[in-house]
Amino acid sequence: MGQIQQSVDPIVRTEGLSFARGDRVIFDKVNIEIPRGKITAIMGPSGCGKTTLLRLITGQLTPQAGTIFVDNEEVPKLSRTKLFELRKRMSMLFQSGALLTDLTVFENVAFPLKEHTELSDEAIRTLVLMKLEAVGLRGARGLMPSELSGGMARRVALARSIALDPMMILYDEPFTGQDPISMGVLVRLIKLMNDAMNMTSVVVSHDVKETLSIADYVYILSAGKVVGKGTPESLHNAGSKWVKQFLNALPDGPVHFHYPADEFANDLISGGRS
Amino acid sequence: MIQALGKMGISTFGWLGRCCIFLVYVASGFFIALKNWRDLIAQLYFVGVLSLVIIVVSGFFVGMVLGLQGYNTLVDFGAEESLGVVVSLSLVRELGPVVAALLFAGRAGSALTAEIGLMKSTEQLMAMEMMAVDPLHRVIAPRLLAGIIAMPLLAAIFSAVGVYGGYFVGTGLLGVDDGAFWSQMQAAVDFNGDVMNGIIKSIVFGFVITWIAVFEGYDTAPTSEGISRATTRTVVNSSLAVLALDFVLTAVMFD
Amino acid sequence: MMQSRTVETTVGVFIALGLAAIVVLAMKVSNMSTLGSDDGYQVSANFDNIGGLKVRSPVKMAGVLVGRVSEVSFDDETYEAVAVMTIDAKYVKIPEDTTANIYTAGLLGEQYISLDAGGAEDYLQEGSMIEITQSAVVLEQVIGQVLFDKASGDDEE
Repeated sequence: MGQIQQSVDPIVRTEGLSFARGDRVIFDKVNIEIPRGKITAIMGPSGCGKTTLLRLITGQLTPQAGTIFVDNEEVPKLSRTKLFELRKRMSMLFQSGALLTDLTVFENVAFPLKEHTELSDEAIRTLVLMKLEAVGLRGARGLMPSELSGGMARRVALARSIALDPMMILYDEPFTGQDPISMGVLVRLIKLMNDAMNMTSVVVSHDVKETLSIADYVYILSAGKVVGKGTPESLHNAGSKWVKQFLNALPDGPVHFHYPADEFANDLISGGRS
Repeated sequence: MIQALGKMGISTFGWLGRCCIFLVYVASGFFIALKNWRDLIAQLYFVGVLSLVIIVVSGFFVGMVLGLQGYNTLVDFGAEESLGVVVSLSLVRELGPVVAALLFAGRAGSALTAEIGLMKSTEQLMAMEMMAVDPLHRVIAPRLLAGIIAMPLLAAIFSAVGVYGGYFVGTGLLGVDDGAFWSQMQAAVDFNGDVMNGIIKSIVFGFVITWIAVFEGYDTAPTSEGISRATTRTVVNSSLAVLALDFVLTAVMFD
Repeated sequence: MMQSRTVETTVGVFIALGLAAIVVLAMKVSNMSTLGSDDGYQVSANFDNIGGLKVRSPVKMAGVLVGRVSEVSFDDETYEAVAVMTIDAKYVKIPEDTTANIYTAGLLGEQYISLDAGGAEDYLQEGSMIEITQSAVVLEQVIGQVLFDKASGDDEE
């Protein structure tokens, strides 16, 4: 597994986290620690519950067993008010950006500031322009979200999520469906934000190359378990067969190309009677 | 069979329960909605101003039809002077609040459901929660409040325009005496008994329609199919609720 | 900014229109303009039978609306109905010996109280009582009477 650098005071810690939707077990006693000030990637195949993990961390969902600590507060036990207080210190970047469609780019970024601070309009304007400048979209401040491309919408959402200078940002599939250029921009931005503002970043993704290029530490999830963890280099060198298949995008391996089925010949002989 | 009945019962009560809890949460945000008065005004624009054209046009036509039909019936008894009474009482007591409410359900209710459903499916509501802003207070409460404020105004406009529609047909086209039309109307229509009850009715309708509309939007499955179903449900359920409530309110008010 | 001002203006127009519609309904369509119900003095009258008289039924003199019935009750000592009417404050010179009759507007119309002026020097005041009254005509009784008279008349012949 290579050298694992355990931080003394992780910002997120799950203990025996279990979660199921109906009969489908999504997490089975998962223990994850996310170190402060680093970029941690959470990877895994589609449908392994990566987004669910983010929702558990942010308190949108409650685990059936086990618990989650964020900044030493036990998330499932917080009252709504306390949870909202905690959420002011962390942001989540949604896959779609989730900009408020009836507000302009400027108003979207200003929204959390107007809601949670008593700043003057002038101060808010300065802050918003700073944040927009950081993502390179100061010139787009008058546009409506419907006029933005997917990549631009995500950058605006990023500006919005750093508006309150959070301690941690959770990125939900930030690279999905992006062309190479905007993907490159996003990769650079995430790295830049993390280093410049001394934040913690959690990137949930299955885009291996981009994610590994910026991650300090990686967790790989599959079938409700942590199947690999470590620095990107250590995983490349010492991962299990499954991890190798995932990281190198091999079509066949421990995860089979074929969905479980009878022998093909048998299926043909049965002539559609089953 | 019995099982299906039980299942239906459970899901109905579950729906009702969620509906009511939802309402309590939303109502606790009314104060915040009033503080954000700009939002409230924007919502009044969407539910009120944008419904105005359909309300005015249908009000005028309903009034004209009432004038025509009422005249044809009354003229047999030589009582065409009572046309004003027939037109105004039907409008103020029943047709104004009810027809305006049905139009409102179709125009504003469906739009509200679709809008909120879309906000849910594009994760905007979730994003607000993540920004520590309660969407029930910030998004739903001003819309519900706007519905409650706009509906009685729309119903009053509908009735007033309708009375003039009836007046136009009755005195302009059919030759009913101008003075008799108004004076008989004024003698028969009571402000507290008829007009106020109509306004109270429309406030109740506005509340129920908007409640159903925003709840369906909030409760929808976040897919395009879910939203289209929720929109249909809003129109059907709120129209039924309006008609049923109208009966109850009429029975209580005009016993 | 421009856009939000337009929105605010149109909403203002909408609310003004709505309130104007309520005013139209109050003044032009209903009877708000013709009679302020609280503005006046109260006079009572006892009747043997008030028929279909209700609260807010009209009170007329010479066919002109001068007030409305404000309360209807039953006196269980005299076994009579008590109708309290509110007379409009501008009609202060109604003689004390005025009679009150309950009539029906048209054959099947609503019932109202008609006041016929007497000749006394004193006028009705707040709390006055009209002594001379004539009860409502109950249609069934009239028809019954006619039939009865007819039958007894036939017997005599």
